[in-house]
Amino acid sequence: MSEMASSAAPPFPTATEKLKFYGLWAAAVIALLLLPRIFPSGGSLTTFSLIGISIVFSLSYNILLGQTGMLSFGHAVYYGLGGFLVIHAINIIGANKLPIPLPVVPLIGGLTGLLFAVLLGWVSTQRSGTAFAMISLGVAELIASSALILRSFFGGEAGISANRTKVFRIFDWSFGPQIQIYYLVAAWTLIAVIAMYALTRTPLGRMCNAVRDNPERVQFVGYDPHVVRYLAFCFSGFFAGIAGALAAINFEIANSAYLGAVQSGTVLFATYIGGVGFFIGPIVGAIFVTILSLGLSDLTQVWQLYFGLIFIAVVVFAPGGITGLLMMHRPLLRAGTLARVLPSYLIALVPTSAMIIGLIVAIETIVHFTVHAGDDSHIKAFGVPFDAANRYVWAMAAILLVGGFLVARKTWARVAHAWDDATSGARAKGIAA
Amino acid sequence: MSTAIELRGIEKNFAMTSVIRNVNLAVAQGERHALIGPNGAGKSTLFNLISGYMLPTSGSILLRDEVVSGLPPYQINRRGLSRSFQVTNVFANMSVWENLRCAVLWAAGHRYSFWKNIDNLPEIRERTARILEDINLTGRRDVPAGLLTYAEQRALEIGITVAGGADVILLDEPTAGMSHAETERAVALIRRLTEGRTLLIVEHDMSVVFGLADRISVLVYGQIIASGTPEEIRGNQKVKEAYLGEEAA
Ligand SMILES: Nc1ncnc2c1ncn2[C@@H]1O[C@H](COP(=O)(O)OP(=O)(O)OP(=O)(O)O)[C@@H](O)[C@H]1O
Ligand SMILES: [Mg+2]
Repeated sequence: MSEMASSAAPPFPTATEKLKFYGLWAAAVIALLLLPRIFPSGGSLTTFSLIGISIVFSLSYNILLGQTGMLSFGHAVYYGLGGFLVIHAINIIGANKLPIPLPVVPLIGGLTGLLFAVLLGWVSTQRSGTAFAMISLGVAELIASSALILRSFFGGEAGISANRTKVFRIFDWSFGPQIQIYYLVAAWTLIAVIAMYALTRTPLGRMCNAVRDNPERVQFVGYDPHVVRYLAFCFSGFFAGIAGALAAINFEIANSAYLGAVQSGTVLFATYIGGVGFFIGPIVGAIFVTILSLGLSDLTQVWQLYFGLIFIAVVVFAPGGITGLLMMHRPLLRAGTLARVLPSYLIALVPTSAMIIGLIVAIETIVHFTVHAGDDSHIKAFGVPFDAANRYVWAMAAILLVGGFLVARKTWARVAHAWDDATSGARAKGIAA
Repeated sequence: MSTAIELRGIEKNFAMTSVIRNVNLAVAQGERHALIGPNGAGKSTLFNLISGYMLPTSGSILLRDEVVSGLPPYQINRRGLSRSFQVTNVFANMSVWENLRCAVLWAAGHRYSFWKNIDNLPEIRERTARILEDINLTGRRDVPAGLLTYAEQRALEIGITVAGGADVILLDEPTAGMSHAETERAVALIRRLTEGRTLLIVEHDMSVVFGLADRISVLVYGQIIASGTPEEIRGNQKVKEAYLGEEAA
């Protein structure tokens, strides 16, 4: 009987599957070690560090949103408090010459995040859905406004700073140079990613998914959904605290922006754009959003507006995020029918790009006349100079926008057609798509 | 024989309407007990009260001589009572395998543990696989529950209910909407899975009821009008008038 029953269970991973799995992690480690050799400039090391911080923060957010189905508008609270505590900790360690090296300091941030999640989470996790979202927003406002009131701890508008090189040293690392910070962030990112991945494979991690899907039924298989949500919240706070700590170490400063609504919004944004339904979704989102925000802010003044547009586009057209979009193509790739959709993508790309360019020119022109009406009308957006007062430019923008849209609509229909064809082709080969 | 479930003077009002009226019922340990009655009689409401999903307006409910009314559903479940739902209530985005595994975890003692790899728990694997075979969904193991056919979802519903090994099982119209062949298979399954356990089942199909039940209670307008062996119920004049009608009897 038991022999028979086991055969009904999913097969154990084969040696090749295991090799693939561990190979992926090993490849990640190698990539982390190679990155600073390929891109050794200070700027790229800073970018990598910011990406690592964002990955940890976004993954911690997805413990709530993707894994347990809780939409938080105040996740930066745990990130920010972790960051502030770490700045204070660095100052105390430096002043008292405590034998605590910098690499273990992020743990202080994690424990701070955990502590506040333990304290603030019990009530808010009573319910998920709207009630949880609203309470998270309220708590975030509360903490953010106290940050401006409790000046001695939060340092008011200016924030508080620390000197990370004054901390007890090991291996003669001062942690002054960005490359050393890069390695610190990379190591902690790797540890946090592995830990959060492992969490999804535990009984608690699975019950988080069950609570996300159907909290009512969970009660009838012995679990209290409130406790499941609370534990998820605590883990999420812990890892958010680690992310905040890494940010504080990187910048050597913590200020009220760490705890603020923008920070909470950004992590929601990155996680959602990456895709909440997949473990790697938030990683993809963190990389995408960090690079985009660094890049866009150089190219245009209203980069946040473009962020908003991208976010809306993802919510409407790709609720599975970037990862969801990519994963949709996996069955086609396996069935060998991917080639049936790719040409239609290329065709759609042309008018769609035209439409987007028209939109950008229109936005930049409007911004010029509403925000900088008195300035010189020769402006530069995305590195391209043009005259915002020139009617030909207006006409061109209108033609690109409207004409692009009209043509693009036809090509999108073609994409949909090709997609149906490719998926039914995959299904014919017995691959579910 | 000791009682598995006992209801004492149970009343349930929704706003001003009284749906359950002074229900007294005892289900003996190891008994298969059917609860029948017309639509809207309050059968599902009674299940909701027993399983802790709703609070009775008055009266008390005992599970193996222990008062459980007032406890939340998960506490009652941990004391060994498990129920299914009339309207399928599964984890729609999770695979059949994950659905069943979640239903096994607490009873197997893993609780909220976050330090164990769930794929490295042989007894969980074993129990989940056994239930999967029992409900005949081996071929659908990796399919999200939301994509199963109706009959498959009903089978999964039963599977989730019995997976934890509770010894008091409440099934709310498990065969509703199934074809004749599917019903027969489901009944055989229920018979096998509830061997040696206590079963309280709501069922509209009289051939199922009379074939499966040791005792039957008839609920009409929130009141139990008769309770007895299948023969007693078949011959009961009140039951004939209120529910069964002449042709079924
Ligand atoms: N949550 C509720 N609020 C108000 N009224 C309710 C609620 N739940 C059930 N009722 C009412 O209580 C009565 C009994 O409903 P119940 O679902 O228990 O009947 P049932 O015997 O299970 O019927 P069926 O055979 O159709 O499943 C019905 O009149 C129903 O409308
Ligand atoms: Mg009912």
